Amino acid sequence: MMDRLKYYWSLLRKPSVHYSLGFLTLGGFLAGIIFWGGFNTALEATNTEQFCVGCHEMYSNPYQELKGTIHYSNRSGVRAECSDCHVPHDWTHKIGRKMEASKEVWGWLFGSINTPEKFEAKRLELARREWHRLKANDSLECRNCHEFDSMDFTLQDPRAAEAHSTALTDDSDETCIDCHKGIAHELPDMAEVNR
Amino acid sequence: MKKLIAILLMASLALVALAEAPSLSPSSPDGLRQGGTLGEARNAPAIAGDPRDVKREVRNYPEQPPVIPHVIRDYQVDKRFNRCLDCHSREAAPSAGAPMVSVTHFMDRNFQVRAEVTPGRYFCTQCHVPQTDAEALVETDFKPIDQVIREGDRGENQ
Repeated sequence: MMDRLKYYWSLLRKPSVHYSLGFLTLGGFLAGIIFWGGFNTALEATNTEQFCVGCHEMYSNPYQELKGTIHYSNRSGVRAECSDCHVPHDWTHKIGRKMEASKEVWGWLFGSINTPEKFEAKRLELARREWHRLKANDSLECRNCHEFDSMDFTLQDPRAAEAHSTALTDDSDETCIDCHKGIAHELPDMAEVNR
Repeated sequence: MKKLIAILLMASLALVALAEAPSLSPSSPDGLRQGGTLGEARNAPAIAGDPRDVKREVRNYPEQPPVIPHVIRDYQVDKRFNRCLDCHSREAAPSAGAPMVSVTHFMDRNFQVRAEVTPGRYFCTQCHVPQTDAEALVETDFKPIDQVIREGDRGENQ
């Protein structure tokens, strides 16, 4: 075993005998493009609604609740799909979230929410996790579309304008999710939740 | 002569049958969507508009459940959570600037006032509905109580 490792190590350290430097650099460059492109394409594929609701857990629970909400169907025809709210858009955080999602593969393999009853039992835990995530990143995914700077307070009703113009300023630690819980999925039993 | 009468009778029957047979589908009963036949799918009427600009309305009589002067789309009212009570509950009403649900909603069936909204009054939209610009589906001669009193004072409709 050790001998074999040593053999591969020395092979890697040795200068190339058969291939030209040009072939190796250009080939490496091209292979790099293909691999990187392939990686990103695969990553994007896991970011589609079609992929998310491919599992029956997601299709029959959260997806059914999303349908009919304003984020799914509305006058102007703009839809926020799963990844718009649940996956950060910038690269670093996206990769972080994708690594976290390996836990979801585990949950899928072992069927931790594969019946409505199991989903209901875990609803509060799952909701808390998302609330916590959005609180921690200052509701980043909301703000990808709902920009504070673009809000016209005069068009909001007085109470909303009051709340938005005080709570969303920089010296306040309030963020979207503090008030806007349960806008795209049903809420769990809120009796134990401090709001 | 008999033959002639028989022919005339048959001809008139055939005419009646021809006149009556433009469609094979029987006409549908006149419900809330007038006209049409059983085989024909008619368009549903348009959904009434959002009550976005409606202000609080005067009640037509004292016991009328007040209409809801705002959009309630996607409001969750079930055993887990009641979005209406998020603002209209006793604790939340002042800070939310919303009217508190009336004290009758806290009474149980023995008229005993409880600390929480009683389960019998929990499902808001059983009585309260948003005010929209919808046309009345059927003709109605309903009058608000003020009008009834005014007409009574003047001795009309007695």
